[in-house]
Amino acid sequence: MITVALKGLLGRKLRAALTAVSIVLGVAMISGTFVLTDTIKAAFGTVFSQVYKNTDAVITGKSAIGGSANNGITPPSLPESLLQKVRALPGVALAEGGITDEAKLVGHNNKVLTSAGGAPSLAFSVNPKGDQRFNPLVLTTGRWPQGPNEIAIDAKTANTKHFAVGDTIGVLTHGPVERFRIVGTVRLGGVSSLGGATIAIFDLPTAQRIFDKVGKLDSIGLASKQNVTPDQLVAQVKPLLPATAQVRTGAQEAKQAAKDTNGFLSFLEYFLLAFGFIALFVGAFVIANTLGITIAQRMRELATLRTLGATRRQVYWSVVLEAFVIGVIASVIGLFLGLALAKLLNALFVSFGIDLPQVGTVFKERTVVVGLLVGVVVTLIAAIRPALRATRVEPIAAVREGAVLPRSRLARFGPYIAIVVILASVGLMLVGLFVGGLATKARLLSLGIGALGVFVGVAMLAPTLVPPIARVLGWPAARWGGASGRLARGNSIRNPSRTASTASALMIGVTLVTLVSVLAAGIKSTFSDSVNKLFTADYALTSQNGFTPTSIASEKALNGVPGVEVVSGVRAGEAEAFGSRIGITAVEPNVSKVIDLKWTEGSAATPAQLGQDGAFVAKSYAKDNKLSVGSPINLKTPTGSVLQLKLLGIFDPPKGGSPFGDITISTTRFDREYANPQDLFSFVTTRGGVTTANTARLKQALARFPDAKIQTKSQFITLEEGGITFLLKLLYVLLSLSILISLFGIVNTLVLTVFERTREIGMLRAVGMTRRQVRNMIRHESIITALLGAALGIPVGIVLALMVGKAISYPAFTIPWLTLIVFVVGAIVAGLFAAIFPARRAGRLNVLEALQYE
Amino acid sequence: MAVIEEGVPAPAQQGTVVQATDVTRRYGEGATTVDALRGVSLGVEAGQLVAVMGPSGSGKSTLMHILAGLDKPTEGTVEIAGTEITSLDDGKLTRLRRQHIGFVFQFFNLLPMLTAEENVVLPLTIAGEKPERQWLEDLLKQTGLTDRRTHRPSELSGGQQQRVALARALVTRPTILFADEPTGNLDSKTGGEILELLRASVTNYGQTTVMVTHESRAAVIADRILFLADGLIVQELKDASQAQVLDVISSLDS
Repeated sequence: MITVALKGLLGRKLRAALTAVSIVLGVAMISGTFVLTDTIKAAFGTVFSQVYKNTDAVITGKSAIGGSANNGITPPSLPESLLQKVRALPGVALAEGGITDEAKLVGHNNKVLTSAGGAPSLAFSVNPKGDQRFNPLVLTTGRWPQGPNEIAIDAKTANTKHFAVGDTIGVLTHGPVERFRIVGTVRLGGVSSLGGATIAIFDLPTAQRIFDKVGKLDSIGLASKQNVTPDQLVAQVKPLLPATAQVRTGAQEAKQAAKDTNGFLSFLEYFLLAFGFIALFVGAFVIANTLGITIAQRMRELATLRTLGATRRQVYWSVVLEAFVIGVIASVIGLFLGLALAKLLNALFVSFGIDLPQVGTVFKERTVVVGLLVGVVVTLIAAIRPALRATRVEPIAAVREGAVLPRSRLARFGPYIAIVVILASVGLMLVGLFVGGLATKARLLSLGIGALGVFVGVAMLAPTLVPPIARVLGWPAARWGGASGRLARGNSIRNPSRTASTASALMIGVTLVTLVSVLAAGIKSTFSDSVNKLFTADYALTSQNGFTPTSIASEKALNGVPGVEVVSGVRAGEAEAFGSRIGITAVEPNVSKVIDLKWTEGSAATPAQLGQDGAFVAKSYAKDNKLSVGSPINLKTPTGSVLQLKLLGIFDPPKGGSPFGDITISTTRFDREYANPQDLFSFVTTRGGVTTANTARLKQALARFPDAKIQTKSQFITLEEGGITFLLKLLYVLLSLSILISLFGIVNTLVLTVFERTREIGMLRAVGMTRRQVRNMIRHESIITALLGAALGIPVGIVLALMVGKAISYPAFTIPWLTLIVFVVGAIVAGLFAAIFPARRAGRLNVLEALQYE
Repeated sequence: MAVIEEGVPAPAQQGTVVQATDVTRRYGEGATTVDALRGVSLGVEAGQLVAVMGPSGSGKSTLMHILAGLDKPTEGTVEIAGTEITSLDDGKLTRLRRQHIGFVFQFFNLLPMLTAEENVVLPLTIAGEKPERQWLEDLLKQTGLTDRRTHRPSELSGGQQQRVALARALVTRPTILFADEPTGNLDSKTGGEILELLRASVTNYGQTTVMVTHESRAAVIADRILFLADGLIVQELKDASQAQVLDVISSLDS
């Protein structure tokens, strides 16, 4: 019987291949994700173990807030005097201090050389005459920089941006561009690519000067004397350290650094895996449907087996075995396709500006195990229903013409069960969204299962919905498509459950795409709404990408420019208040002239009255912390100092969110407390508003600040929405995989339908239908099916968006009509695309053979 | 004759192997009710070839389906090899088919991906048994398939395909072989060959057989011919000639 099943599979190669495609793609996504993230993790691991290879212990600054991991907070620098103290310790053989900071390199085109994804612009100091054992970098050409005008840069940047030893290059730190002469190029040992990061190297005094760190160090690397272990060394160093410093062994430091990046990479991994699982879920629909149709077409064969003495169990297992073999083969192909997909995903990220470091491809056992297991299990689960249907084939079907599969006993309750499933799933989602006190995991789990349940429920309900919807959607085909169109509409309705499950697979992708587009549209519309309400300035000044801060120097450069009336910068930083880490902002006294806030306490004059210890907050923050005007606020900065502030004002931000952090203080105080203060953005008003002349003058004034970008209100909105647009695009691309799989589902159904209707198509041809009409008939049917997917998916997506929006007390609900119309048009195009192969097959059928086909 | 499986008897050599009693079959409900069989009783003796004839809609196919356990009667009982089959569950019925029933279909119903020989031994494969070599060779020789054994159905003519189907039905030495219009999809020459083979299996192996046919030529090879009309057995002939059969047919048609 096993042989019979396997030979049967061989005899239906095309059908088996059609079934397998969806699993191949889903498993490839999972395997590709693992390969990509493992490769990046290995690269980071290599980077950090290289960096701390010869370091027994390292002293770094320690932020007073945010725990031991710095979590993106720049830690305070160390006093340089510490170096002398540790050098005097008995266990220390060598101690070298260095500076670590960010310095943007400026290209020949006077633009900053960073990727849009925010890869770091690293800067390090070297001691050109000292011991290089702590230096993880290796010179590829030239020598180490020495003196105030020299720099070394990484070889990759040098190559790709056409810089060589002897050239000068612009460097942007806290002031205007400074030019340095390149004396060497370097690379990080053991890593083929650092991703999009750039590296700038200066000698220590130069680094201290340009980063405003004279008399300071960011880290001290230590080597111990013989017979002193790194742990002993750490113990010796510890008593010397101020509260804002910490010491770790080299190994610990490497581990900590890897842990910090792995947090992000794990997120990336889960994020991508989620799309892999969505793809497989869609794949399961496609497999179930394809197997189901195949079973229906094999009825006589199965019935014959039953008359020859096959038990129901044997029939069941023959179908399951077939699915198992397909699952195994497809998963293996998917695993290896994943290697290619990992490259593709990386290319995708690079194209989106997220350039991550790479070493040789890492293909772990776990990837193989998980990929195979998931692929095979999903296939088997998808095979259960078709296998059960196969057991319901009665032996008498062997002798009957045109027998149909008996409906299951539960079939007539189908719609009711579907509604129960939908309601239960929506309920589960509501629990996940609204019930308080749930752990994040439980919340996500109930949301995930709920969403799957909604899809399954709608798919179960779909056979009932298909005939009326298809009649409407097929109307244009029937009206203008002639005989082909009318027949196509009829065909799409004649086996509603088949059309329904084909369309349901597409529905899943369309639902998710709709969900994200509706949510994104809401965010965008509220954001631009609030900017329009708040923004009374003429121009905004930000960095090129809109989210990295800019130097205060660029803001200052606008003062005194003819026509400029007000320039007001907004600083941003991290702090701790009322026991939690928050983002704070600082404003200049004239901020009310550029940002129009609605004050519930205080007034537009409040920002000018902040002085040294005044603060203002948004209404919700005041409410959460029970603050009113006059309340004291203790704000702890990363250096550990505590600012004792007094609340002077409360404002009511627009729905789109506050332009400020949780607590806002004056720039006077901020610049005193925070090292290297920078602007998040600045606003400018000019005489005469936005004019070409004003714009030109502002740009002229900023010529020495290549990272600064002057823009009008609408330009500012577009730039700030860039993050959402970017995320939206990325989600579309990732969801397109599951849509692609569902399109294969349409191809499968149509190809199998053409098989099934061979005789009928032959008859149509015999009574005068042209090949072209036959092809059109298949095309129309494909489009109707694709439109059904959109018709089911778009409303479900909108409902889900409403639910999610409500749950995260989402400010505005905007239906992006234009985008949705694009989706519908996309569905039509997709339908045409899916019909290519089946339509060709149908058109090529030989009339005589087709008529004799059984 | 050898025993094909431990505990399974060789075809019963005497007595009544199939017994139908007062079988009725009604399809549909209310106004659309159709009485396909209206009380048919019959017994098939071991070693006999019984042909069932009758015009379209006479109920002959329904009768065979019920005798073979493919369909259930509305009333009445059917016994095969002493077992009452109308109340058997699916599992028991399947085991009964394995041991006692062979089928030959009008449209052959071969599995396209299997070779001729694989198709022939399929019932044994399904039951998890090994074919008895000598018996298989005999059968292939009898049916003229020895040099076609590795061909697939698509490489065989219609007559050859039906011979494969016949060998497949005989391979388990069933208590009873049911043939449903075995010549209905063949030209008259190859049809004649199949009829000869069917007759030979009855004569040589004592293979009890029930055949449904509408061809007078086919009926002539039978030991007994039952004529059905409107769901009842209306006449029976023994060792009839073609002329006698045609007489009855024309009398039924008028």
